[in-house]
Amino acid sequence: MQMTVAEAIIKYMQEEEGIEILFGYPGGAVISFYDALYNSTLKHVLVRHEQGAAHAADGYARSTGKVGVCVATSGPGATNLVTGIATAYMDSTPIVAITGQVRTSAIGKDSFQEVDTRGITMPITKHNYLLKDPSEALRIIKEAFYIAKTGRKGPVLIDIPADVFSSKIEYSVPNKVELLGYRPNYEPHPLQLRKAAQLIKESERPIILAGGGVISSDASTELIKFAEKINTPVVTTLMGKGSIPEDHELCCGFIGMHGAAYANYAINESDLIIAIGVRFSDRSTGKVETFAPHAKIIHIDIDPAEVGKNVSVDIPIVADAKRALEKLCEIVEPKHNPIWWEKIKEWKTKYPLRYRWYDDEIVPQYVIEKIYEKTKGEAIVVTEVGQNQMWAAQFYKVKRPRQFITSGGLGTMGFGFPASIGAKIANKDKIVIDIAGDGSIQMNIQELATASAEKLPVKIFVLNNSCLGMVRQWQELFYNKRYACTLLDVAPDFEKLADAYGAYGRKVTKIDELEDAIEWALNINDAPVIVDIKVKREANVFPMIPAGGSIDKMMID
Amino acid sequence: MQHTLSLIVENKPGVLARIAGLFSRRGYNIESLAVNTTETPNLSRITLVVNGDEKVLEQITKQAYKLIEVIKVNDFTGVPVVERELALIRVKSDASTRRAIIDLVEIFRASIVDVSDKDLIIEVTGDSEKIDAFKKNLEPYGIKEMVRTGKIVMERGLKL
Repeated sequence: MQMTVAEAIIKYMQEEEGIEILFGYPGGAVISFYDALYNSTLKHVLVRHEQGAAHAADGYARSTGKVGVCVATSGPGATNLVTGIATAYMDSTPIVAITGQVRTSAIGKDSFQEVDTRGITMPITKHNYLLKDPSEALRIIKEAFYIAKTGRKGPVLIDIPADVFSSKIEYSVPNKVELLGYRPNYEPHPLQLRKAAQLIKESERPIILAGGGVISSDASTELIKFAEKINTPVVTTLMGKGSIPEDHELCCGFIGMHGAAYANYAINESDLIIAIGVRFSDRSTGKVETFAPHAKIIHIDIDPAEVGKNVSVDIPIVADAKRALEKLCEIVEPKHNPIWWEKIKEWKTKYPLRYRWYDDEIVPQYVIEKIYEKTKGEAIVVTEVGQNQMWAAQFYKVKRPRQFITSGGLGTMGFGFPASIGAKIANKDKIVIDIAGDGSIQMNIQELATASAEKLPVKIFVLNNSCLGMVRQWQELFYNKRYACTLLDVAPDFEKLADAYGAYGRKVTKIDELEDAIEWALNINDAPVIVDIKVKREANVFPMIPAGGSIDKMMID
Repeated sequence: MQHTLSLIVENKPGVLARIAGLFSRRGYNIESLAVNTTETPNLSRITLVVNGDEKVLEQITKQAYKLIEVIKVNDFTGVPVVERELALIRVKSDASTRRAIIDLVEIFRASIVDVSDKDLIIEVTGDSEKIDAFKKNLEPYGIKEMVRTGKIVMERGLKL
């Protein structure tokens, strides 16, 4: 059957990949693609800035495990996607980005809206393509999806010149993907598993460190079964939050710069770390030279390059987390670790997550606790980046994978709101919340128009401290209280802003208005809501390991 | 320590940019580079000389493997190989020095590929040390220009 490349791509995505939704923004170079979309049943969400499209596709992917798709035009359209693609790359989420490019004959001539998209996105994609030959369109789109969703997942970009979109091709999808240089290894090596089981048996203070890879490979059930069999405490990374229910008796919170003190102490004192789907990022380990000095490390990861990159590993297991955990669980011997548990319980009692109370103003951590209470811990929590993110991570205890969505690696302010749009579209029956700061929310505030147009009741809770709180906190602690450019004394009236966008808005300035406002927001079903909560500017995130510091230099409060 | 890596890659547009980009953004310096097709039409071989300890090299190798178009990475460090570079050297030469230069060319099994009244172009192949030595011997006559390729290597057939 003859059709245009644009039509073929749409048909392929719907029929072969089950894609139901695109997030995008039209423009000159993609006009034929949009023209093909006009007659299609594929739903398209019109964002108001391309960055929003990438984050929305990412939020869709993170909340479902499916591939998210975003579309943008050439030049500025493509460059506006860049932050979103980099965010997905750092957190290994599967998205496919389709960008328009100037006509094939105009490439390289500094044409209108021309930019070297493939060159720009090379370091932030798992792979990318410039599709110049229309006859390769179906092979490339098939490869793109395959690469995005297999192995260590990640973003793939296809840059398509305007004339290629409208070229006619025969619709014939290749039977299989043939990539000589891409063969992810899923099966764990049996010998490595036996060595791991032996180390586990010999260990006295074992700990499991679960990362985003556990969620990405849908290995949560296997993780819990494994942890229960060896009765071993589980700490997570920020990205691993939700891999085990946080009210599970084996769960000991998340480690890292703002992780629970007991989690950090536990990993630091352990004699064996069973790390699964983690990359030992600097925010998780603190000073890497002094990280967990007594521990041997078993590292299970799908990406061989992560093994030994940041920390030295004793038993590397390159495999899919789910399969490795299944197999490892079969061969490990049950154990009990009573002395170790006693120690951990002592830390948990001695250093619980807590926060300073202020009588005069609303305390942000308390807001998170109230949101948790009112949503019964069931909401999908998306965060922006900064203090809001850390407070949400600390005080919203999640129950399941894909329930906590945050930009962990790139730390992208402005991620939360568009990502929550993607998450809400994919999870119509669930409450989706964006925990925001007054700084972050302004970075993609234009997406209120998208959410309003789509009638998406995303709940935005702005923890409004009239400043860029995390940087302010560093300035207070390490820069002699010199608050350079972090105080946002002039800010929009979010209530009026919501109104202007056709959303609901409400201000909360007193603590006794809080619960009512949360309930009000949770009951809205036809449009986005902003609850602007004035919180104590001086509230800080603790515990804190100063950047580059060791876990034992942790500031408790 | 210097390592010679040989990458078999798919011969596709942009593949060299991917590798060069990977090396530069991860902070690995490329000392020498040679790229060309192989006996298989859709594959190219990239031979790289890089500096770094074992840990750095392990990361380079793994990161290179992550590129979809990289099929095979071989580290030839410590492996018996035939190693070649080619250099073209323009050296000053007149009637008074020509004979002496020709003697050197013969000793090094190089060849003169261009002659003028003021200079000669000499072609020499060999491993890095040989080319360095040849260059040093020519220096007293005055080297006006030198072009040198990246290193290429091939593993020896006989394991001794």
